[in-house]
Amino acid sequence: MDHHQSSPEVTLHHEPGGKEVVQKIIRTTVILSVITLIELGLGLGMYLMPSLSSALVLFIKGAIVILSLLKAFYIVGVFMHLGEEIKNLIMTIIVPLLLFVWFIAAFLLDGSSWRNLRNTNGKSRTEQVNQSKPVPKEAPAAQH
Amino acid sequence: MAQAPAAEMETKWWSGGRSPFNVEYGKLMMWYFLMSDAFTFGAFLISYGTIRFSQNFWPDPNKVFNAFPFAGHANLPLAFVSLMTFILIVSSVTMVLAVHAGHHNDKKGVIKWMIWTIVGGIAFLACQAWEWTHLITGDHAVMVNGAIEHIGTTVTRNPWGPELPGVMHDGHHVGTTGPVAFGGYFFGITGFHGFHVLSGVVINIIMLIMTMNGVFEKRGHYLMIEKAGLYWHFVDLVWVFVFLCFYLI
Repeated sequence: MDHHQSSPEVTLHHEPGGKEVVQKIIRTTVILSVITLIELGLGLGMYLMPSLSSALVLFIKGAIVILSLLKAFYIVGVFMHLGEEIKNLIMTIIVPLLLFVWFIAAFLLDGSSWRNLRNTNGKSRTEQVNQSKPVPKEAPAAQH
Repeated sequence: MAQAPAAEMETKWWSGGRSPFNVEYGKLMMWYFLMSDAFTFGAFLISYGTIRFSQNFWPDPNKVFNAFPFAGHANLPLAFVSLMTFILIVSSVTMVLAVHAGHHNDKKGVIKWMIWTIVGGIAFLACQAWEWTHLITGDHAVMVNGAIEHIGTTVTRNPWGPELPGVMHDGHHVGTTGPVAFGGYFFGITGFHGFHVLSGVVINIIMLIMTMNGVFEKRGHYLMIEKAGLYWHFVDLVWVFVFLCFYLI
C-alpha cells in the first residue's frame, strides 16, 4: 500500500475496502430507517391510544430511548468508523461520556423533586424559606 | 489487515514519532471537539428535561407538530419531522459514500456525493425554516385572563396548554397557555442544531470547492473529507436525540 496516501503519523493503514464497504453502508442505512419507523410507530401508537396506562406509556418511552441509543451506536460505529479505530482511541471517547449517567440521573431527579415539592407543599423550598423569614435588611458590611 | 493484530502488538505506540492512536492529529482533535460538543448538546437537552420533569403539564408533540406544507389543516402528527429525519439520514449516507470514494482517491465520486450531501443539508434547513415559520405565525385560540386571544408559539408565548372542557371557538377546543419554557427550549435547541447544520453545509461547500480544485488530489489523500464527514455525522447523531426529546417522548 502506498504510504503517501495519508499522514506519516499513521502507522497501520486501513485497506480502503471495496464493494463490501458499500454493502455495509446500505445495510446500516436500512437498519437506521427501520428503527426510525418503529420509533414513529410507537410514538403514533401512544397518540392514537390515549387510554394506555401510564406504566405502559413509560415502558414505550423507555423502548424508544433504547432504540435511539441503538441508532447512535450504528451512526458512530459504522458511519463515523469509530469501530475501526484502535481500542485506546475508542476508550478516550467513550469513557468520558459515562459522565452523562450522573448528569441525566441527577438533573431529572432534581426536576421531579421540584415538582413534588410544589405539588405537596404548594411551593418550592426557596419560596417557603423566603416566606417564613421576612427579608432581612441589608447586613452591615463584613469586616475583614 | 490479516497481520494487523500482530503488528499492533509489536508496534511501540508510545515511543514517539507516530500517533499512539494511529490517527492523524486533526482527526483526533475533531473527535475530541465532537465529544465536547456532545456535552454542550447534552447539557441543553438535560436542562430541558429538568424543566419538563418539574411541570405537571407539558404539551403533546403529536398535537404541536401535526402540520405539513401544502396540506392545509390536515392532522398529520409527526409526518413532517419524519421527513426531516429521513433527509438527514440520507445526507449522512451520501457523506459516508463521499468518504469511501475519498479512500479510493476517486475525485469524481467525492464531488458527486459531496454535492448530494450539500443538497440534503440545504433541504433540511429549508424544512426547519418552514417549521419555525409555521409555529411562530400559526395562531391558536387560547383563553388568557378570561378573554380569547390568538397567539402563536414563541419564546414568550405558548398556546399549547391544557384544553378547557366545553369551551369552543370556531369549531376548536379552546386551551389555556402552556409552560413558557416550551418555546424557549424548542427554538433554542433546534436553532443550535440548525446552526450546526448550517456550518456543516458551509464546511462541505468548502470541501467540495477544494476537491474540484484538485487540492486533495495533489496532497495524495482525502483526510479532510473524513474530518468534515465526522462533523456531518455528528450533526445527524445530535438530531437523533433532538428528535427523541422533542418529538417522540
